[in-house]
Amino acid sequence: MSKIASFEELKALQAEERAKIAVRDGQAPNPANLAKHHVLVCAGTGCSSSDSMEVMAALEKQLAEAGLSAEIDVVKTGCFGFCSLGPIMVVYPEGTFYTHVKVSDVPEIVESHFKSGQLVERLLYEVPGTGTKATDMSSIPFFQKQKRVALRNCGTINPENIGEAIAHGAYQGLGKALTSMTPAEVVAEVEKSGIRGRGGAGFPTGKKWKFAAGYQSDEKYVVVNADEGDPGAFMDRSILEGDPHSILEAMAIGGYAIGAHHGFIYVRAEYPIAVGRLEVAIAQAREAGLLGKDIMGTGFDFDVDIRLGAGAFVCGEETALLTSVEGKRGEPRPRPPFPAEKGLWNVPTFVNNVETLANIPVIFTEGAEAFASVGTAGSKGTKVFAMAGKVNNIGLVEVPMGTTLREMIYDIGGGIPDGKAFKAAQTGGPSGGCLPASALDTEIDFDTLVAAGSMMGSGGLIVLDETTCMVDIAKFYLEFTQDESCGKCPPCRIGTKRMLEILDKITLGEGTMEDIANLETLAKTISTSALCALGQTAPNPILATLKFFREEYEAHIVDKKCPAGVCKKLLQYSIDADKCKGCTLCARNCPVGAISGTVKEPHKIDTSKCIKCGACMEKCKFGAISRG
Amino acid sequence: MACTCGGHNEALFAQLDEVIEQHKDMRGSLISVLHKAQGIFGYLPEEVQAYIAEKMDVPLSEIYGVVTFYALFTMKKKGKYTFNVCLGTACYVKGSGKLLDKLQEELGIGVGETTEDGLFTIEACRCVGACGLAPVVTVNDKVHGHLKPEDITKMIADIRAAEQN
Ligand SMILES: Cc1cc2nc3c(=O)[nH]c(=O)nc-3n(C[C@H](O)[C@H](O)[C@H](O)COP(=O)(O)O)c2cc1C
Ligand code: SF4
Ligand code: SF4
Ligand code: FES
Repeated sequence: MSKIASFEELKALQAEERAKIAVRDGQAPNPANLAKHHVLVCAGTGCSSSDSMEVMAALEKQLAEAGLSAEIDVVKTGCFGFCSLGPIMVVYPEGTFYTHVKVSDVPEIVESHFKSGQLVERLLYEVPGTGTKATDMSSIPFFQKQKRVALRNCGTINPENIGEAIAHGAYQGLGKALTSMTPAEVVAEVEKSGIRGRGGAGFPTGKKWKFAAGYQSDEKYVVVNADEGDPGAFMDRSILEGDPHSILEAMAIGGYAIGAHHGFIYVRAEYPIAVGRLEVAIAQAREAGLLGKDIMGTGFDFDVDIRLGAGAFVCGEETALLTSVEGKRGEPRPRPPFPAEKGLWNVPTFVNNVETLANIPVIFTEGAEAFASVGTAGSKGTKVFAMAGKVNNIGLVEVPMGTTLREMIYDIGGGIPDGKAFKAAQTGGPSGGCLPASALDTEIDFDTLVAAGSMMGSGGLIVLDETTCMVDIAKFYLEFTQDESCGKCPPCRIGTKRMLEILDKITLGEGTMEDIANLETLAKTISTSALCALGQTAPNPILATLKFFREEYEAHIVDKKCPAGVCKKLLQYSIDADKCKGCTLCARNCPVGAISGTVKEPHKIDTSKCIKCGACMEKCKFGAISRG
Repeated sequence: MACTCGGHNEALFAQLDEVIEQHKDMRGSLISVLHKAQGIFGYLPEEVQAYIAEKMDVPLSEIYGVVTFYALFTMKKKGKYTFNVCLGTACYVKGSGKLLDKLQEELGIGVGETTEDGLFTIEACRCVGACGLAPVVTVNDKVHGHLKPEDITKMIADIRAAEQN
C-alpha cells in the first residue's frame, strides 16, 4: 500500500476498501470482477490448535481444483469468540456459520455448498433445546446478547491485511484526532467517555493520560500491557490476533495526547501468533504512513516496537513491566512516583491494557457520549469476559457493563454441562474472588464486583460446578501467587507460603479451626504490607471462599470430609456388596490392582493400596462404587 | 572468544554474534537477545551467558539474574519432546492436574525433568490461551486439546513408536 498523505485520502480509501469486501455486508463487490463469496476461517490460537489452518489450505486447494478460486476468496480471520465450536468457518454473503470443520469435511462443503447451493446441515450449530439449526450467527443465542465493541473487528477482517482494517474504520479515530483536535481535547474526550482501565484496577484512562500529559519532558512513552497474566483470560490475545491495528491506532492517539513519539507493546512470549500479527501490522502501517514520520501528512511522528515477556506473572504489574521492557529482572518498584511522572527509563509514560486501548478509537469515531451511553453509572461501555470452566459455551463474551452473571452463564453460556449444579463463578483471577449462586443476579461492573467480595480483574470468568472443591480452588490460586511472587518483599514471599501450608494441611485433613483464624490474620497482614498488588491481593481467593463457603472449610477440618469429592486424602472408595454384580470391570481398570474378587461375587477395595483415582467408580455400570 | 562448550559448534555462536550485532543499538535489548539465544541453543548454559556478557559488555551476574528470574529461560537442556501441561485455571478445573499425574507416572520423571534417553521433558505452564480446548497440553508448541489421561498414554506410545523407526 502506498503512503496515505492526508486524512481525506484515508476516508476515500475506506470507502474503496469497504466496497471491495461488500460481500461480507451482503452486497455485490466493487469492482464487480472480485470474488462473489468470502469464506472466513478463524485463525486464532483456539481454532488453529484444532487445525483450522490445515482446513483453510485444503479448502483453497479444492476450490482451485474445482475452478472456483476466482469466485470464492478464502480469508483468514480473528477469533469469533465461540471457541468451543472451533474450527469455525463463515461463508458470505449468506452468513452461513459452520462449526467443528475438519479437513475431511472440505470436499462436501465444496460440492454441496458451493457447487449445488445446499447447506451442509451437519456442520451447522444446533440451537439447544429447539432442535433447529442456526444458519447464521444472528440466530445463535451465544451472540444475541453480546455487544461487540472491543472485539468489533475480530472475526470480520483479515488481521494481516491493512486494507480490510481500513475498510472497517481503522485509523479514522487517529485521523480525526490529529486533524481536528488539540492534544488537550483528545485527553478531554477520553475523560468524557468515562472509560476505565480493563487491565485490572479500573483506573480512569482519561485521568491517567492527563497526568502523563501534565509532566514536561522531551521524551515520553506509551506502553501497552499485553502480558495477560490471569491464567484463563484470553481476550487480549484475541484482540491482538484479530485486530492488531486497533491497538496501534490507539497508541498513536495516546502518543499525540501526551506528547510521546514512541510506544512499546509488551507481549507475553506464550502468544506467538499475536506477536506475528503485530509484526505484520506494524510493517503495513509504516508502509501506509500510518506509523512513522509525518503520519497522514499532519507532521506528527509516532512509531512502535514490540518487547517480549519471558514468563513472569508479576511483569503484568505496571512498574515491573516497565523494568522488564528495560531488559532487567521484572521486579516492581514502589509507587509513587507513578509511571505518569517517572515511567520507562524514568520519563513520563502511560501503561494501558490491550482491551482498554481497543476501545479508544471508537470513542473518537462514535463520540464520547455514544460510548458512555452503554454501561452503568460508574462503569461505561462493554467488558469482554473469557468464560471458561464448567460452562457449555466456552469462549469470549463481550457484554454491556451491568449484565448479570445469570445472563452471561445461562443465556450466553448455555448453562452448566452434564446437568450439574452451578456452585460459584470465579472472577479477577489470582487477585480476585468468587461469587456464589446468591450473586447470580448482581449486575456486573467494576464496583458491584468489589462490593460483592470479588473484583473484575482482567475479565476471566471461570464457572465452577458442584464437583469443584472451594478449598482446593483457593489452594490452586495460592500456589500460583506463591510461585509467581518475585520475592522482593517478605510479606508476600513468606506470607503466601505460610497460607499455602495451612491450606495444604486442611486439604490433607490435618487442619484445625485455629488455622482458619490464622489464615484471616495472615491475609490482613499481607494485604496491608506487601509492596505491590500481587502480594496485596494474593489473600483474596482465600477470603472470598471463606466468606461464601466457610462450611466447606469446616467440613474438611471437623468432619475430615471433602464434600465435592476432590481432596484425595479425605476420600474413601468402597463397593456396595448388594449392588455389585461381580462383573470385574472395576478390578480390570484399577491401575494399582487394589480391587479383588471373583467373577459374579461382590468385589472389595483394599484401601491401603487405593490411590483414589476414581477410575473404578467411573467404570462401574451398576453404581455400586461410592466415594465418601 | 573460543568455544569452550564442547557440544556447541562454532556455527551456533556465529548465529549468536549476528543476533547481538542486530540488537546493538536497541535500548534494553538483553531479554530479546536471550530469547533469540535460547532459540539457537535450545537452552542457556553458563557458557552462552558468559559469551553474551562479554559481547554485550554486561556483567555476567546481571545476565544470570535475568535468566533465573524468568520462567521461560532455562539453563537445562530439554528433551526432544517437551510436554507442557497447562495448569491455567480453565484447564485446571477441567482436570489438567490428572493429565500431569499421568504424564509423570508414564515417564517416571517430575516437572522440569528430562528422561534419561533425552526424549521427553515435562513442563507445566499457566494458560496458552486455548482455554476453549481445555484441558490442554502442548508438545513442542503444538497444542493438543480436550485431552483425557488415556490420550497421554497414547501420545507417548506414538512418539516412542515413531522414534523406533
Ligand atoms: C500482579 C499483577 C499482574 C497484572 N497483570 C496484568 C496483565 O496481565 N495485564 C494488564 O493489562 N494489567 C495487569 N495488571 C494491572 C497493571 O498493573 C495496570 O494496572 C494496567 O496495565 C493498567 O492498564 P489499564 O488502566 O488500561 O487497565 C496487573 C497488576 C498486578 C498487580
Ligand atoms: S508483593 Fe510480592 S510480587 Fe509484589 S513486590 Fe512484593 S514480593 Fe514481589
Ligand atoms: S479409586 Fe482408583 S485406585 Fe482406588 S480402587 Fe478405584 S480404580 Fe483402584
Ligand atoms: S487455562 Fe489452559 S489454555 Fe488457558
